Amino acid sequence: MSLLDDFMIRATLAGLGVVMAAAPLGCFVVWRRMAYFGDATAHASILGVALALAFNVSIFGGVLSVALIMALTVSALGGRGYAMDTLLGVMAHSSLAFGLVAVSLIDGVRIDLMAYLFGDILAVGRMDLLVIWGGAALVLLLLLTRWSALLTATLNPDLASAAGISPRREQLILSLALAMVVAVAIKVVGVLLIAAMLLIPAAAARPFARTPERMAVLAVGIGMVSVLAGIQLAFHFDTPTGPTIVCVAAVLFCAASVADLLKKGSAR
Amino acid sequence: MPQPLISLKDVCVHIGAKVALHDVTLDLVPGEIVTIVGPNGSGKSTLLRTLVGAIKPTGGTITKAPNLRIGYVPQKLHIDPTLPLTVRRFLSLPRRVTDAVAAKALTDAGAGDLAKRQMTALSGGQFQRVLLARALLNNPHILILDEATQGLDQPGSADFYAQIEQVRQQFGCAVLMVSHELHVVMAASDRVICLNGHICCEGAPETVASAPEYRALFGSGTHGALALYRHQHSHTHDESCAHEHTHDHDQSHDDASHDAIAHEEHP
Repeated sequence: MSLLDDFMIRATLAGLGVVMAAAPLGCFVVWRRMAYFGDATAHASILGVALALAFNVSIFGGVLSVALIMALTVSALGGRGYAMDTLLGVMAHSSLAFGLVAVSLIDGVRIDLMAYLFGDILAVGRMDLLVIWGGAALVLLLLLTRWSALLTATLNPDLASAAGISPRREQLILSLALAMVVAVAIKVVGVLLIAAMLLIPAAAARPFARTPERMAVLAVGIGMVSVLAGIQLAFHFDTPTGPTIVCVAAVLFCAASVADLLKKGSAR
Repeated sequence: MPQPLISLKDVCVHIGAKVALHDVTLDLVPGEIVTIVGPNGSGKSTLLRTLVGAIKPTGGTITKAPNLRIGYVPQKLHIDPTLPLTVRRFLSLPRRVTDAVAAKALTDAGAGDLAKRQMTALSGGQFQRVLLARALLNNPHILILDEATQGLDQPGSADFYAQIEQVRQQFGCAVLMVSHELHVVMAASDRVICLNGHICCEGAPETVASAPEYRALFGSGTHGALALYRHQHSHTHDESCAHEHTHDHDQSHDDASHDAIAHEEHP
């Protein structure tokens, strides 16, 4: 029984660690309309899994490298007149495809692909927990120390430049943070659902926020509730945990939207 | 002549492979109102963005007075509706200001009662005033405005320019602006710079209006409009004004309301 408690607690802590970083970063993803960018970075990371297995290095390292390369490539190409959505689509899906093919070519390793596509939060070990909380803390620290600059650059690049802030540098910092979140979240929700953990809590928080800070804090709260409730529900109904967490977040988003509609309706 | 606030010497700017500005030499002195006019794509915004440091020049030198404080009002500021932002919070970006400083800037810009409103819920005129308030926060030596009245109707833009004039008198700052509203240019500027990749001509409004370079750029039609506006200034509320004038007036009003519609499609 204590063993059961133990993996549930580890899973819960892992989930909370991820939303601590993903929810505030997700606000920037929403504000800057980078949703597809987050998705693309996450999809590309399956190639990182394949490479990590092939070269026998840690999955975290492999995913982080590929996510970083993806984020930097897109940032670099984005400023040169390519159509952003086309570019992202090509890179995201081709690296996902290459990743899937590469995984199948690796001899002697039988891996559970589902675990990487949808996450395997119940298998989180002590080491994973350390990596998740370390990565999340780093992202959170980055966001907190640069909050004002990031927000100004998000608002308007020219206003930022006039205040001595480089919009390109802030964009780069967000890309780095995104790669880091993808790398730590892969174990928890998997590559296909990472974007959901970025977007849904932030979107659900939007109707109740009057300032950016409030939205970020609310998003963290909504993300935490989703993790806590999702893990319990998944255990109770024997459903896959990562998707269940995302389902709870989605239900909270719907509830928030309905509440917002009712509020606006009664104000009229 | 007083020490210039900003001095440009042979400045060139490339955007990609295209030459946006070349050989721009320009001095801005304290307290003067300078307006830049020029056709679309003539580098007006590029020049302003170079001055505020958003674009690095590829040639020439820019000398700024030591500790120069610039207040910048951008051409348009699209705030994504997903970003919740009160006017008060907006004023504290990127540097926090005290409530007293924020309240004073809002009052100076004629937006005294807007502090608690959401940025995305403001009208065009209110939004521009808030941008002006933000530019005034650091008590600027020079105010740089990039088509600040784009999307405002004529009374709205007239009010806004009156506010600018009031601010200039109060702060004693120089004003550098881009404007398409030639009647405002003629009435309110100390100096007009006609830009088309380089400085075609510059000087007092009357001088520029009669310069052949200016006529070549704007054509005699626009010059006619200018002349009529100046004509209007010498008469007071003459309802039986020239027929041609009414036509020109309507024309520019249509343009203004067209801008307003285009603006609303992308709030």
